[in-house]
Amino acid sequence: MFDLIVVGGGHAGCEAAHIAGVLGLNTLLVTANSKNIADMPCNPSIGGTAKGIIVREIDALGGIMGKVADRTHFQIKMLNNGKGPAVRSLRAQADKVTYPKVMRDYLDNTLNLTIMEGMVEDLIVKDNKVEGVILSNQKKIYSASVILTTGTYLKANILIGSENTLGGPHGEERSNYLSDNLKKLGLDIQRLKTGTPPRIKKDSIDFSQMEEETGDDCYYTFSFDNPPFYKIDEQQKCYLLYTNDLTHKIIRENLDKSAMYGGYVTGIGPRYCPSIEDKIVRFKDKERHQLFLEPESVYYDEWYLQGFSTSMPRDIQEELVHSLKGLDKAVITKYAYAIEYDALNPLEMKVSLENKKIENLFTAGQINGTSGYEEAAGQGLMAGINAHHKLKGLEPLVLRRDEAYIGVLIDDLVTKGTKEPYRMLTSRAEYRLILRHDNADLRLREIGYQHGTIDEERYLKLKKKREEISEVKNILRNQYLKLNQEVKDFLISKNIEIPSFSTNLYMFLKRPEINMDIIKMFVSLDYSDEVLEEVEIDVKYEGYIAKVYKEAEKAKRLEEKLIPSDINYDDVANLANEARGKLKDVRPISIGQASRISGVNPADIAILSVYLRKKYDK
Amino acid sequence: MNDTICAISTALGVGAISIIRVSGEDAIRKVALLFDGKNLEEVKSHTIHYGHIVYHGEVIDEVLVSVLKAPKTYTKEDIVEINSHGGISTTKKILEILVENGIRLADRGEFTKRAFLNGRLDLTEAEAVDSLIKAHTDLERKLALTKLEGKVSKKIHHIREIIVLLLSNIEVNIDYPEYEDILEITKENLPPRLNEIKDELESLLEESKVGKIIQNGINVAIIGKPNVGKSSILNALLKENKAIVTDIAGTTRDIVEGMVELKGILLKFIDTAGIRKTDDIVEKIGVDKSFKAIDEADLIVLVLNNHEVLDDNDKELLAKIRNKTHIVFVNKNDLPKKLEIDEDVIYGNTIDIDGLDSLKDKIIKLFDLEKISNSSLEVVSSAREIGLIKEALNSICSAIKNVNSTLPIDMIAIDIKNAWDRLGEITGEAYEDELLDNLFSKFCVGK
Repeated sequence: MFDLIVVGGGHAGCEAAHIAGVLGLNTLLVTANSKNIADMPCNPSIGGTAKGIIVREIDALGGIMGKVADRTHFQIKMLNNGKGPAVRSLRAQADKVTYPKVMRDYLDNTLNLTIMEGMVEDLIVKDNKVEGVILSNQKKIYSASVILTTGTYLKANILIGSENTLGGPHGEERSNYLSDNLKKLGLDIQRLKTGTPPRIKKDSIDFSQMEEETGDDCYYTFSFDNPPFYKIDEQQKCYLLYTNDLTHKIIRENLDKSAMYGGYVTGIGPRYCPSIEDKIVRFKDKERHQLFLEPESVYYDEWYLQGFSTSMPRDIQEELVHSLKGLDKAVITKYAYAIEYDALNPLEMKVSLENKKIENLFTAGQINGTSGYEEAAGQGLMAGINAHHKLKGLEPLVLRRDEAYIGVLIDDLVTKGTKEPYRMLTSRAEYRLILRHDNADLRLREIGYQHGTIDEERYLKLKKKREEISEVKNILRNQYLKLNQEVKDFLISKNIEIPSFSTNLYMFLKRPEINMDIIKMFVSLDYSDEVLEEVEIDVKYEGYIAKVYKEAEKAKRLEEKLIPSDINYDDVANLANEARGKLKDVRPISIGQASRISGVNPADIAILSVYLRKKYDK
Repeated sequence: MNDTICAISTALGVGAISIIRVSGEDAIRKVALLFDGKNLEEVKSHTIHYGHIVYHGEVIDEVLVSVLKAPKTYTKEDIVEINSHGGISTTKKILEILVENGIRLADRGEFTKRAFLNGRLDLTEAEAVDSLIKAHTDLERKLALTKLEGKVSKKIHHIREIIVLLLSNIEVNIDYPEYEDILEITKENLPPRLNEIKDELESLLEESKVGKIIQNGINVAIIGKPNVGKSSILNALLKENKAIVTDIAGTTRDIVEGMVELKGILLKFIDTAGIRKTDDIVEKIGVDKSFKAIDEADLIVLVLNNHEVLDDNDKELLAKIRNKTHIVFVNKNDLPKKLEIDEDVIYGNTIDIDGLDSLKDKIIKLFDLEKISNSSLEVVSSAREIGLIKEALNSICSAIKNVNSTLPIDMIAIDIKNAWDRLGEITGEAYEDELLDNLFSKFCVGK
């Protein structure tokens, strides 16, 4: 008997199984095909806006996605470098061959973790408590808890034009019965849709017709624990190209042949990741749309045509691809497809990711209605930690919205639910100024340490970093800018306004035109770049950061007003009907969470607060 | 379930009839117990019934009772209104009997709070009701009504829409940086958009000043040495116009001596003692109070005596009011002139009406009252709203300032978002915990 069975070896399953093993749970990872562990069926990249920060958070909490990405990417970029520290985020082109391999190595070296192949088709549930899984060969495996990370495999259909194939990505076998069985257990099932673009054979592409997209010329890592493993000048290039009139014409003329517009799809697709036919239909006035060509791996010659996801039939796809500049002779190695799959209603889970109806059953990733490797991995990590905590009788780890993007992600899911695959965006995070790429370790490592996922050594490293940050700030506060002729000349040469009175370096750094490199001309600072970067951001944006902390503090007070789990919303007089229904569905844990439910308005919150005060404060 | 509350919902002492309002689940049953007439528990909703309030066999008053059943009532609860015409003491007696029968005396603003909590009103509307309760003049009543219809909300919605359009563009740039063909909001194209928002907010604020005058009136302090005729001037003004009863809750009640309506705007006269240098302790307290009144007043009317020579006390007062909006009224021009003064003054006396009319004309001119009384009335007026609009404006100004610095766009977005949130608070679209408590503590009882 296992402590935990993780069903599915995708990005959520890998993090869940790994962290559970680290925490000492006797864990079994069941996957339909062990060759597909940590497979990347869609884009060949890890990170992106907001998502890159999730990867940093996973790393700060003891997860492995960032470490694997660091070892397997062939291009990396810092996005939004010029738009401010809060929205900077890493994006790496990860190799589709090596990424799964390295991930497998990590899992093989994880203590307490067993991996086996099998198709889970049912759960063993007794008295609303999960006790194990049943495989397609009727074999039963018992465990104290289960995490479902089945991705898009529940009753998956692949759609290309009017052609409809039962199966998961790469024509893999799908799970035929699990979602029906979950439905029988009383869970709410919804149908979602996503898609992927065509892949093109490398030597059929005329790159000279496209613009180059190169990696950054400095070193970055996702992980706080390892150095970069790549060489700047060995990074691979990606390419930028555009759709044109002909492309649009072909789409318009063949719209009814696409699975989406021909009415062959029932699932709801994401707005932020529209198919090319969606883009043409919805943005009629746009003359061209951007596309990117990205290598999938250095070990084979398929390229990914980002931005060109479609559910058109194959012959139209050929026409479409050939209409693009530089792709007129392109050979399509894999056609684009839409995929429909069953997912659960995230409103049916608690903030710990445990199911509300079935005890000790956790879910993470696309089964919860999200999209993206990073979103999946973040949930997997939290599900693994909380499955462990549940079994050990500990309080679940719940990250607040002002602590992590992962907190925002889970709070949104369990509070608002989702009707389309949910992708993380920086604009979803109201406190994004303090949820930065650079400070993920400062935000979360200590929490990881307290919850047993970060070891002593890494915790001490964090403490040292914190001390150094405050040391540097003190140095800057105590060091005054000496305005002698030499300094004045230097400032003039740099076109910097000379301060009218002597100022300390801390205040001097606040000036817009001053950065740490200039400060270092006046004082020797023998500290790491990470420490100096942190100080620079803290000092330069001190006012803004303080404002955000104040807002967060205010919100925290609402989060701390807990709603007893046995509350009967029918007893709360005067709630609007819609609000009462929503509150019953979501069963928020705090007034703060309740206030974020759509359809619950301020008046309802006030009524609820008054009710709680009356009933429970006496 | 909400308990049942009661309160006198008309201003005490105004009019012949007082209304006592009872709201809550037991409202009908409990009033029925005291009512001699039809059985109120069996009557239809929204009907009025004649009868008597009887307590321990004694007829307390002859009354009309309205029965209003939930949810189509002000509080969305059952409401009973008792129309009594027995004067203050009888009304109070009925209230006492209700309380003795287990109906709780309502807290300040509790009816409106219930109306708001029960989803009957949004925040702007709730504030408008507060104004309505306090409305003394027709113009104020109109302003309050306009607001109830949500015109202010619409204006603010409009500004919020402009902001959210800009914000979402910035957000798209941030979340989808690789899409270079989406218009990028940059430091070059941001300022005109921010300035547009700034202009909208400023015009809203400009209008709100008018709103404040309409709603709060103009505080006028009549000052001068003892016996120059301050009281007679005030009395003449009050006598000539229909004086408004002052017994209305308000922070300045204790010093407001009388109110006069001028072009629909309320002039509130602040009581001041005669001002002169004195060693008398009691008199000194009065003088200090008058100096304070000078500070707080929107308008100072300094009264001088035509029949006396300008002395040091007068000169000191003239110096004191120099930087405030003021009018010098030289009284007693029916007596021989002894006063020499090099100022723009109004001559008059309290016997002839001409001088007083000149005084009123001057006030109308000083505050542009003609224009105010003809203004469109779609204005914000409460201190909370004005404060929030100012905060929003400050945020936008800070964004404009920061565009010119090297601050990155995501910081500037924080300012813009802040403006959006503050405006949302006005219409109740953003929720702040403390907001409700602050808001409702300033409501008076009743509608």
